[in-house]
Amino acid sequence: MSAVEAGAGETGAVAGATYDARLEAFVGAVLQPRTPAQDPVNVPMIRHWVEAMELTDPVHLDVEAARATGREDVVAPAAMVQAWVMRGYAATVRPVAGGGRFAELVDLLGEGGYTSVVATDSDLELVRELVPGDHVSVEEVVESISPEKRTGLGAGRFVTTLKTYRDADGEVVATQRWRTLRFAPATPQEPAAPEEPAALRPRPATNRDNAFWFDAAREHRLVIQRCTGCGTLRHPPGPMCPQCRSLAWDTVTASGRATLYSWVVAHHPRHPAFDSPYVVVVVDLAEGTRLISNVVDLAPEDLEVGMPLELRWLDADPDLTLPVFGPVTQED
Amino acid sequence: MTAVGEVLPPQDVPLTRTMIVATAIASRDYQDVHHDPDLAAARGSRDIFMNILTSNALAERYVRDWAGPAARVRRIRIRLGVPNHPGDTMTLTGEVASVDGPQVEVAVRGENSLGTHLSGSVTVEVPEEQA
Repeated sequence: MSAVEAGAGETGAVAGATYDARLEAFVGAVLQPRTPAQDPVNVPMIRHWVEAMELTDPVHLDVEAARATGREDVVAPAAMVQAWVMRGYAATVRPVAGGGRFAELVDLLGEGGYTSVVATDSDLELVRELVPGDHVSVEEVVESISPEKRTGLGAGRFVTTLKTYRDADGEVVATQRWRTLRFAPATPQEPAAPEEPAALRPRPATNRDNAFWFDAAREHRLVIQRCTGCGTLRHPPGPMCPQCRSLAWDTVTASGRATLYSWVVAHHPRHPAFDSPYVVVVVDLAEGTRLISNVVDLAPEDLEVGMPLELRWLDADPDLTLPVFGPVTQED
Repeated sequence: MTAVGEVLPPQDVPLTRTMIVATAIASRDYQDVHHDPDLAAARGSRDIFMNILTSNALAERYVRDWAGPAARVRRIRIRLGVPNHPGDTMTLTGEVASVDGPQVEVAVRGENSLGTHLSGSVTVEVPEEQA
């Protein structure tokens, strides 16, 4: 950054801009002014490409074959247009300091944590074929920079540019819309951003009428509310017996034996505390009440209505323990 | 006579480590993720992977092999999906998507064991008598 820019930053004109606005300022920017290829289109580099790509089309190296198709000379493979203007080994391993707007954009993306890059889209349109002696140049302009997206590789931003390839006379020979993902790699070996706590399961809405049930669960006891007026068991917990309207109740401890009444496999919406897809079940407890729960150690394809299940305990976090159900491991 | 819906014969591309490195170098792409497994891993990849210039080149090759030497490539449009890692095989498939005079657009797909590596199309201009 030059002294002038640093001064502007101190007044707040730059430093005050949000990160997104600073990125947005790059839209329309010339990342790379028209830069000629190190070498003109030439047969040795075409041969290297043809061999590595295992091309069999003779028009790239055999002048007679090329002429037989109406061409005046051999032609470079179309996809090779991008290769002519690559910066080469030396500039890759020892980038020139102060590399202009492109370096500034890379630095700014790095500041946001987007240190890695993969190409995601290329749309290359060829105006004419290139022949030995053509001297190609390229100019690259930013078309758009996306908001942060979550991707399989990590959080990142898509940067779309337009590369315009010209010949020595300035005539456009090809254009390429080029999209890369600049991302923060989601790998354990990267120095961690401050450790994110694991996502917690949603909290149950507890109140004076149902807290006993969750309190018992924390002690690994599956209880069922029982009306002390008429003896009817009920779940979910509530203040009044739906049979006799008594407000008096106690609990019984369930045996943990159950059968599968029904289930669904939840794929969406995803929640970070759940490994999707997961199975939500309704089970009939041996005591007669039903319970909504999850299954463990059973794949969706293993489930069958009426199958016996057995109580397990899920200690989800220090404040939450829930009954779940798995396959029966031993017969009574 | 080329017609929409014509299916190209599939082409298997064995992805050797040497091939992935050789094609990156032939395209003058010296990014470490295309030749250095340790640095590729440090950048979040399980191994080195093919560069996009090579994906473009293979899509072009596939359609040229079908269209013949007189065809001129007008457009190569691809979207990259899963990476092409060493040891895998990419299978290219294609189908004529549109024919407009001498311009033939072939929809192309490259699948490997992880899923779709590339999808898009290659448009070639073929001599009138061939179209």
